[in-house]
Formats: sequence, C-alpha cells, structure tokens
Amino acid sequence: MSEAVLNKTPLFDLHVSLGGKMVPFAGYEMPVQYPLGVKSEHLHTREKAGLFDVSHMGQVILKGEGAAAMMESLVPVDIIDLPSGKQRYALFTNEEGGILDDLMVTNYSGEAGEELYVVVNAACKDQDIAHMRAHLPEGVELEVLEDRALVALQGPAAAEVMKRFAPSTAEMVFMDSRKMSIEGIDCFISRSGYTGEDGFEISIPAADAEKLCRLLLDQEEVEAIGLGARDSLRLESGLCLYGHDIDTTTTPIEGSLIWAISKIRRNGGDRAAGFPGADKILGQIETKEFDTKRVGLLGSSRAPVREGTELVNADGEVIGKVTSGSFGPTIGAPVAMAYVQKAYSALETEVFALVRGKQLPMTVSRMPFIEQRYYRG
Amino acid sequence: MSDSLRFAASHEWVRDNGDGTVTVGISNHAQELLGDVVFVELPEVGAEVEATKEFSLVESVKAASDVYAPVSGEVVEVNEALDDAPETVNEAPEGEGWIAKIKLSNAAELENLMDENAYKATLEE
Repeated sequence: MSEAVLNKTPLFDLHVSLGGKMVPFAGYEMPVQYPLGVKSEHLHTREKAGLFDVSHMGQVILKGEGAAAMMESLVPVDIIDLPSGKQRYALFTNEEGGILDDLMVTNYSGEAGEELYVVVNAACKDQDIAHMRAHLPEGVELEVLEDRALVALQGPAAAEVMKRFAPSTAEMVFMDSRKMSIEGIDCFISRSGYTGEDGFEISIPAADAEKLCRLLLDQEEVEAIGLGARDSLRLESGLCLYGHDIDTTTTPIEGSLIWAISKIRRNGGDRAAGFPGADKILGQIETKEFDTKRVGLLGSSRAPVREGTELVNADGEVIGKVTSGSFGPTIGAPVAMAYVQKAYSALETEVFALVRGKQLPMTVSRMPFIEQRYYRG
Repeated sequence: MSDSLRFAASHEWVRDNGDGTVTVGISNHAQELLGDVVFVELPEVGAEVEATKEFSLVESVKAASDVYAPVSGEVVEVNEALDDAPETVNEAPEGEGWIAKIKLSNAAELENLMDENAYKATLEE
C-alpha cells in the first residue's frame, strides 16, 4: 500500500479540533488518542461512554433477490435465515479454509426486497468488495457507501445517551439493527460494537457526521476515544483484530471462532458446507485435527507482552507466538492473544513469554478476560 | 552542590546527591511522549552500567522504550515503588518517579550532560 496519500474520514477536522493525535492506519489518518490519553480513554469507555470514529471501515449494500444466498456462499454463517433487523458476525473464508476478513452482516430486507448491509475492515475493503463483486449473481447490486461515516458509541451510559436523541433505541437488544432518523439525519443503527460493552454503531451521511458527533460529544457522559483504547478494549474483551489474531493462514477453528460457524452450515445441517474451504473447516470440527489454537493469556508479572513475542514451555521449547498483547487497564494486568500448540491450549496451562531474555510466566485464560456487558433485554 | 537537574540528549535526568551518587529518571518530556506508563523494568542493584548504554526500560500502553544510563557506575538503589505504581513516572517524572541511584565511577561524566535550559532548547529544535 502506498503511504504517500492517506485518506481522511468525514470526521478528520473534528479529530484535529479535539486535539486528536493523528497517525496512519489502514491507509487513513486516524486519531490514536486524544488529550485524555489511552488509559483514561479506555477506563472512561468502561465507566461511561466513548465515541469512536470507525469510518475507515468499508460499508456496502447488497440489494436484490439472491443477495442473502450470495453472501451465504462466501461465509460459514447462516445468512438466509438472519431475520430482518438483525446483525450477525461472519467470516470470508478462502479455499484453504483461511480467513480473508471478518465482517458484520445486517439484514435490512423489507417490502422493497432483499437488502444486506455489510461492514468490512478498512485494510481489507478493496479486496472484500472485489471478492463480493466476483460472486455477484444477476439481479443483485452492490453499492459501496463511500459517502457515509460510521461511528460507535460504547459503554454503560451509551443507551441512556442514545435514548435522548432516538427514544426507540431503548427497545433494541444486542445485534438489533434499524434505520431511523436522528435530529433529521438518516442513520443506520445497530446495538453492537467491538469493546465488549453495550453500545451502538451508527452509520451517518458524511455531510451530517460532524453535527451528530458533536451532539453526542456534548453529552456529559461522552468522550472521544482513539484507536489506542479501541485496541486495548477489544483485546480485554477477547475480540480478534484481523491481520493479527486471524488471517489467511488461520482457519476459524484454529482461531477459536467455531462459535461463529452456524449449526445449519456444519455437517448434518440443512445447508451444510457450500462456502470456500468447507472441507477443511468442517473436517477440523469433526476430527479436531489441527496444530495450533488461539488462546488468551494473562500475565503474572506486570510487563506487557507484545505481538510477535515467542512462547516457550517449562523446558524452553518454543510452543507458540503472541498475536496481540498489551496491558489491560481494566484488568490491571498484561493480556495477550496467542497461537499455541494444541497441547498447551487448555485453560490454566502455564507458558512462558520470552521478553528481553527473560521468561515471563503467563496463564492460558478464558476469553473475554472481562465480562461482556451486551444488552440482551 | 546544586540541586538542579542535568539532562542527557536521550531524555534522562540526573540529580547529583553530593555523596558520589546520582539519582536518575526520565524527563517530563519523555513521559509525555510515552503516554501512560504501565511497567518499568528496574535494573539490578549492584549492576555496573555504562553511560549511553541501556540500563532500564519503560513500557507505556503504546510501546516499550529503552532508558539509557546518563552516567557510568554501579546501581546502588532502585525505586521499587514503581513495581506497584509505574504511573508515578507520569505523575512525578522528575521526583517520586525516579528509577535508580548510581554510584559514579567517573564524576567528570556529569560535565557531558546539559543543564535544563540547554536540554529544553534541544526540544524546541
């Protein structure tokens, strides 16, 4: 990717005016933090509410009869039976069973016909859009929503804040999605996010994005939050970062994302297989034969263990590698995700991270590291 | 002996304790660059350190950053309070957030360090 020209989101001027420290990320100039600082931003989100700009992500609409069937042919997930007004986590897989990207799919079908709203990662969006176009059946149209911003309002106070502007959001539960007007602005809202907290993701026309964000930021509970805290929040919540914790070399099974594979798409299901790499992925579910697995690690010293750190067993033999790692401000301990040999993947297994010539003990731990607080009604 | 600090270009400070030892930490500017400190790797008491060579390490939420010894000598004390409260480096970088005390092996090395004004001038460049 060329570093020369960085894209700006519709909220770039807002970030700068708030004192955001702008850094290159996935081809965009994004705020890594604001004057509050990464740790305080993280804690504020868990205590009250944080507003995140995620407009760098790709927003796509698939319209027309056959859209759901087409999407289903690319992911190991039940899309055909996804109810209208619901969102679901999905994975684009390749023929080798590796993961091309992770994404969110929302069913907005109604009287006007089939409609899916898809959100993909910024770094993968060109490739994902090409992938979907290559599988587009006759009668299905793909539209890239270049003129929309996407923000996330996350934290225990998010629902109270949203209710002030959009009372009907109070009726929504985790993964519900609705199109609605807020202050005269036409928005797509889902009750979801990537911090482990209750909250909303809001797609807004670019021209109105700053106006709506300023309204939200004017609420006393809300602070602007940068990518730094977004990373530590998602890590504490056990959520994968594509390109780090999952990629084309890891299958959903190795990536401990078996929960994302719908029953109906597994062997014995009514619509089993029928997605790229199904033989490999469904085979791994049956045989449990694979070498490495993604696990969560909790450090017992205070030293953070970073991405790329090698893991060894008590005999000093290399048994894995860290794919994401930081200090978890809410847990108050180093947290990491890693791929380890299957024999070392059981909970409570002790492994050692090689950090600057020392062996720091870490324990394979249940993820999420902290309790997720999604609102399920 | 003056109580004022002297600085290395690599953003460490030194306070001359007047008894052949100095106290060492990182500058306020350095902690601002690092952001929230979550871990300080303290040197071992008794370790011999060499001026301009790394002797400690500070990790923030963002990244790890080496700390270089501003003078040569023997580590005679480390700030163990940082094990439990590494954020002290942010709160009082040039006071309670000190990292180690070093017994000078060559007091003349202090002359290589900058006074506060000279150090601040380097930050404005």
